[in-house]
Amino acid sequence: MLNQSEIERLDAEAVNAAGRRRPLYAARRKIHPKRASGRFRRFKWLVMAVTLGIYYLTPWLRWDRGPFAPDQAVLVDIANRRFYFLFIEIWPQEFIYVAGLLVMAGIGLFLITSTVGRAWCGYACPQTVWVDLFLVVERAIEGDRNARIKLDAAPWSAEKLLKRFAKHSIWLLIGVATGGAWIFYFADAPTLLVDLFTGNAAPVAYTTIAVLTGTTYVFGGLMREQVCTYMCPWPRIQAAMLDENSLTVTYNDWRGEPRSRHAKKAAAAGVAVGDCVDCNACVAVCPMGIDIREGQQLECITCALCIDACDSVMDKLGRERGLISYATLADYEANMALATAGGTQPIDPRRVRGPDGKLSEKLAHFRWRKIFRPRTFIYFGVWALIGIAMLVSLMTRGRLDVNVLHDRSPQYVVLSDGSIRNGYTVKLLNMVPEPRTITLMLKGLHGAVMQAPGLSEKEGSALTVELEPDRLKELRIFVRQPAHHVSGEQSFTFAAEDPVRHERATYRATFMTPEKAR
Amino acid sequence: MSEQHIDEISGVSTTGHEWDGIKELDNPMPRWWLWTFYATIIWALGYAIAYPAWPLVSSATTGLLGYSSRQELSSAMEQAAAGQAELRAAIAEKPLPEILADETLRRFAASAGAAAFKVNCVQCHGSGAEGSPGFPNLNDDDWLWGGDIESIHQTIAHGIRFAGDEETRFSEMPPFGDMLTAPEIRQAAAFVASLTGKPSDPALAAAGKQVYADNCASCHGETGLGEQSLGVPNLADAIWLYGPSEEDIASQIRRPKHGVMPGWQERLGDQAVKQLAVYVYSLGGGE
Repeated sequence: MLNQSEIERLDAEAVNAAGRRRPLYAARRKIHPKRASGRFRRFKWLVMAVTLGIYYLTPWLRWDRGPFAPDQAVLVDIANRRFYFLFIEIWPQEFIYVAGLLVMAGIGLFLITSTVGRAWCGYACPQTVWVDLFLVVERAIEGDRNARIKLDAAPWSAEKLLKRFAKHSIWLLIGVATGGAWIFYFADAPTLLVDLFTGNAAPVAYTTIAVLTGTTYVFGGLMREQVCTYMCPWPRIQAAMLDENSLTVTYNDWRGEPRSRHAKKAAAAGVAVGDCVDCNACVAVCPMGIDIREGQQLECITCALCIDACDSVMDKLGRERGLISYATLADYEANMALATAGGTQPIDPRRVRGPDGKLSEKLAHFRWRKIFRPRTFIYFGVWALIGIAMLVSLMTRGRLDVNVLHDRSPQYVVLSDGSIRNGYTVKLLNMVPEPRTITLMLKGLHGAVMQAPGLSEKEGSALTVELEPDRLKELRIFVRQPAHHVSGEQSFTFAAEDPVRHERATYRATFMTPEKAR
Repeated sequence: MSEQHIDEISGVSTTGHEWDGIKELDNPMPRWWLWTFYATIIWALGYAIAYPAWPLVSSATTGLLGYSSRQELSSAMEQAAAGQAELRAAIAEKPLPEILADETLRRFAASAGAAAFKVNCVQCHGSGAEGSPGFPNLNDDDWLWGGDIESIHQTIAHGIRFAGDEETRFSEMPPFGDMLTAPEIRQAAAFVASLTGKPSDPALAAAGKQVYADNCASCHGETGLGEQSLGVPNLADAIWLYGPSEEDIASQIRRPKHGVMPGWQERLGDQAVKQLAVYVYSLGGGE
């Protein structure tokens, strides 16, 4: 066990520290996050590997859809207005599924936030992940916090120039790779990769890479926490999602205060001091540059690196972990009440410890069952309902559709034999990547026959239509009803039937006639 | 200067504004935000120099890049025209039946013809070519001068009773108001109406049969089927250019109205007339 005086005290101050008078426009105070290690850091590495892996590898997954559709597992084909996701193919009119996914993502964010706080911000947000990645590069080239601060302050030299050049070059390369991976979602990845390097890709591909390189470099390398604090709306919204039972990264001042750098001396003098030795490790590792000991703050993304930093200090001092921990406001307040004798006294850490010096049994701890609350049930219920509804609708949706547009002008034509003819534009949608032969039929219009110019000259009540794979076919259809059958405006049905796949689609159309039928 | 208020919890001064106990903190903006603002100003200045921006008396400043939306449009139109050059050439060159037989050519000609129709023809024939009394409906299968593609082309190219074209189609029905008595005209009208099975007075129609045979059958035929090569309308069908009632028919016997259609060959050129013919043919009545 180390003596307290052997714990290095880091010179770190919170960027938003109280009392500092700020001008009208505040210059950014550069943050040099120190490397943390511990269970949350390990978890963050894992999340980073998984999320970056998904991002970079997904476009390269293949999925066999037969000869008439692309074999890329995830493809947003904007030119042909098709979206492929594994076995799901979405046409533009089915975009509601994507909208539904976005709604689910939103409610999912509410659910996660109300249970484990800003977990999205701290672990999975691309801004967090890429800043972490950029920090890895920075640390590898320029060293950890102290080395970086020294390098920052040092006058320009060949070494500094070289380090800076190397760092920014690698950052830009990461930016290019980020933008480069993005465009693969919109075209066949292997083809596009070759085209990119041979200069044959579309200008929009290069522009997209350039724009995303710029934003990645600026957001991940230069702006970092500024994006979260000033640009992102989510920190403002999330306050409404949190309640007293949501987990947040909390400095437990009920056992930390009064903090002291000289605990031994204080103890000798009979003054009760808390566990916090004011080493500032929590501030030094914070990528947002804040001091968690000042309580919940807008800037805190709950990445939990301060927990790792503090835990390792507590380990060295031989004290219990968890001076900074994930805790709910309810637990925190219960423990605070214990430490302050119900709020009547200043914090006395002796109240939270038993006679043996161990933390008291009476302290409140987080229990996982607390995540089951009406709020989380409702969020989960809504989220699951939307998911189930979409899944059911996705599984039962038709892959053959017929849309009919009645001619606007003229609405009907009287032919020389007195029969009435109506013109329609019929669109047949074959939404499977296979050619199909369907039968288009007239139903419920007495005596009527139809004819499709360009398809067949013969009139009949049914037409055989060849549909190309995954394509829409537009037909001009003339429906004629003999004079003696005409009986005013009539409603009837266009039915498209695929006997092979046993699929049927119908459209209710109207047959218009002169007001005074002959 | 108003007095400075400092918020106790955050240590930040407030703006002094307060709503129901909620005070507005006066946090500073990040400096880069200010830079972004300056950057937009610089961008605006650069834009105003590079692109047309400042209004002058008769036009606007042209901008260093010389951009003009009019020019962009015309070059886009040229590009589109260049893309269609092959199709246009084929239409100019091929006879009409061949154009109809070629799916691509037919579609292109019909949509080009539709556009020309919207500009030149809708004034009389209506936006859907549905016609109106005196102006033929081009959707139906009743053609005064023939509904095959060549006849339609001929009609569009040279017009009907069009003084400006020697090849124009011409037909004229004499006014019978002076030659027949009023009862005779009524009888003839009743007979003509009965040809299509319209309810009419059988006695009048029977009397009209003789009037018709003496005066009308020479042109309109014994059974009233007309003659397309001469522009003689078919009286035995359900379609009436000047109205279907007996009074409409009688009026047409007394003092026939004759419409005029201009010839378009000279005004629109051979290609556009061909395209119009294909469009009209495709409306559903083409023979």
